[in-house]
Amino acid sequence: MTEIPKEEYILKCTSACAGCSSSLILRYVLKAAGADTVLVIPACCTSVIQGIYPNTAMNVPIYNVAFAAAAACASGMSEAFLKAGKKTNVIVYAGDGGTVDIGIQALSGAFERNTNFLYICYDNEAYGNTGMQRSGSTPTGARTTTTPGGKMRIKKDLAGIVAAHNPPYLATACSAYPKDLFSKVRKALSIEGPKFIHVLAPCPPGWRYPSERTIDVGKLAVKSGMWILYEREFGKVTINGPSRAAMIKPIPIEDYLSVQGRFKGITSEATDILKSQAEKAAKRLKLEEEGIC
Amino acid sequence: MYEIRIHSRGGQGGVTAARLLALAAFRDGKHATACPFYGAERRGAPVVSFVRIDDRPIRVYSQIRSPDLVVVLDTSVMETVDVLQGLKEDGKVLINATHGVDLGDYKTYNIDLTGIALREKLVIAGSPILNTPVLGALAKMGIVSVESVTSAISEMFSDERNVHAAKAAFQELVI
Amino acid sequence: MLTIATGNKAVAAAVKEIKPDVVAAYPITPQTEIVEQIAEYVASGELDSRYIPVESEHSAMAACIGASVTGARSFTATSSHGLFYMHEMVNWAAGARLPIVMANVNRALGPGWNVWAEHTDSLQERDTGWLQVYVSTVQEAYDATLMAFRIAEHQDVLLPVMINLDGFTLSHIMQSLETVDPGDFVPPIQLPYAIDPANPAGYGTLTGPNDYFRFRWDMERSMRDSVHVIKETEEDFGRRFGRSYGFTEDYLCEDAEVVVISMGTLGKEAEVAIDLLRKEGVAAGAMRLRWLRPFPNLDLSGRDVVVIDRDYSFGFGGIIANSLKAKFGVEPFSVIAGLGGQEVTYDDIASFVRERRTGEEYWFGVNDDV
Repeated sequence: MTEIPKEEYILKCTSACAGCSSSLILRYVLKAAGADTVLVIPACCTSVIQGIYPNTAMNVPIYNVAFAAAAACASGMSEAFLKAGKKTNVIVYAGDGGTVDIGIQALSGAFERNTNFLYICYDNEAYGNTGMQRSGSTPTGARTTTTPGGKMRIKKDLAGIVAAHNPPYLATACSAYPKDLFSKVRKALSIEGPKFIHVLAPCPPGWRYPSERTIDVGKLAVKSGMWILYEREFGKVTINGPSRAAMIKPIPIEDYLSVQGRFKGITSEATDILKSQAEKAAKRLKLEEEGIC
Repeated sequence: MYEIRIHSRGGQGGVTAARLLALAAFRDGKHATACPFYGAERRGAPVVSFVRIDDRPIRVYSQIRSPDLVVVLDTSVMETVDVLQGLKEDGKVLINATHGVDLGDYKTYNIDLTGIALREKLVIAGSPILNTPVLGALAKMGIVSVESVTSAISEMFSDERNVHAAKAAFQELVI
Repeated sequence: MLTIATGNKAVAAAVKEIKPDVVAAYPITPQTEIVEQIAEYVASGELDSRYIPVESEHSAMAACIGASVTGARSFTATSSHGLFYMHEMVNWAAGARLPIVMANVNRALGPGWNVWAEHTDSLQERDTGWLQVYVSTVQEAYDATLMAFRIAEHQDVLLPVMINLDGFTLSHIMQSLETVDPGDFVPPIQLPYAIDPANPAGYGTLTGPNDYFRFRWDMERSMRDSVHVIKETEEDFGRRFGRSYGFTEDYLCEDAEVVVISMGTLGKEAEVAIDLLRKEGVAAGAMRLRWLRPFPNLDLSGRDVVVIDRDYSFGFGGIIANSLKAKFGVEPFSVIAGLGGQEVTYDDIASFVRERRTGEEYWFGVNDDV
């Protein structure tokens, strides 16, 4: 059982909302990565959370970069460190919009080139920094400011897209399970090549629940099977404990949806789509874990 | 021109209060503008909004430097923000507080907007709504008329509790 | 209907009246409310448009191009980095002679990230063949949007139009707004060469050195013709709706010995500075540049010119100041102010006039110690 280091890399007085998953996630990411780390951050909530000039709230170098450019910028940085013989961790820390929509070209290119870096996508399922507009990662039925009646399309399978690039390590995580996240980051950074961690990041203003329930909401996501915790190491799938338990005895999806204002008034049709997507994903992962497909 | 600066925290409705005030002034037949000042704002961070009211068209966009009235929706911002900065000598202050806050030379009006909001059950996502009751207080102070406040609130919000809260604040504020 | 609205909401309200067939949408501060409001209009049924929530701004403009060339009316909105991400396609839209209308909420460029008002974004697009207008009030934002579609779609123009409004200062301020029923002010769109399988043609095919330049000249000819279209459109607007505009908005310029030239909200606040200066006995006037492309013909002879550039061209100078210098041979006092939302008040503007030095450049807020 790895000890989580006490050193904090996120200092006091960030501009995060109360109950922000991203700040919680980043806290553990940096504890796992340590001081010899550079964060590459495209436009996202963290661009603002880190503070305003002349202060920065993080105790590691942060390179802020244009929205579409994170993975490409990280590629350049990684190659340069390689040339210089440096072992500095290059970690992209990006929201879902900057990953699955405008950032997908750079992401795909960086993974296809086997770039040595870690890409962490904290997913609050919308464009959070601009006030919660829909992204490709917004789930069916969710209300956002550009889908006032609930999104009709499905959530993009980001992990599936990344998996198609055959990275040496891909994992999912959730802000409600920080120890699990910590160990995944540690493991990822011990592997050469492109690594990806997709972290569910419940968001109080975006998902419309009281700020103190962020951990609850994250746990509900996992326990209902709406978010599955697993790893894909050199293609081999391992489903993690909490999701293994959820697959045996899931709580109703409605328990997860009903605590969030963004799903208020969700149609039964949309709920069925969510259920069936979750079921299919679980089934497929189980089969992959057993080596059947 | 009458200039009002509103201090609040992100998520409390300070920006909406400014817009409601401008709308009410507009319905009173005045020219009015409302503008938030955006810093790196997140829920909970201090936010400032500006309202200008005049009989003639307003051509000023720069920040209000010497307000006639300062409105403080959340007294905790006073720990980090100088809410009285630039306030005119004969300027007034309206504060959301349960008891009298003493601000030296400035004429200060205290009103428990939070209490009114809670009593009217005007609470969203755990936060009491302050922007509609404060309009009632501003009407009592003579900045805008009660009729225009009611009409402005009804234009922006369908929930009748907002109008009740504004009327309650109008009754409660002691001039 | 008389109401109060923000600049962003005013643009969206005008778009609703004009009924575009296709709207491409991508969020970026401080423009986002425009595409959000349009999403609400579409969701509620008030606007029957195909709403495409694209995955980036490059795709936003590409989508507008694809829609427009079928003869559909299309619209999008952006700012700063978003405008730059679509830069290639912005050029494409003009070269393709498509009457696309876009609202650009002027915002500064990173690094460091800055979401506040600056004109460098749209000014860097000034060579593209887009018409550009800069507005200074919520009402003007609404009116200019209505007019933009008619101007763009006019058979003598068929070039895209960009409406520029200052980030936060205008996009987020609430001012009075009179909405109108445009009636037949904007006639139905008629693209002469819309895609039609019954009349197949190649679009944008490989074009050699003997032919390409003719297409570029054709764009310029239309840009020149747009001058009369803008005039007629604005005159008709004035007749129908009672509000007149022009290539510039002039305040007390007739007898002015010194004229302050600027764009956007600074151009409006400058009028307050002029009132102050006039009280001091200074014969000052303010000229707010509205249309940047086509660049207007101005008579600046016989007076001092103070230009406030809310932009800069590194290694060269303020873009507006140098445009005026190049076009009209004036030697302005070139003030660089308002970058990244820097606060510029009517007192500051008045001091620029009082302390003017002909032919010099002055970076407001920067002194020798910095």
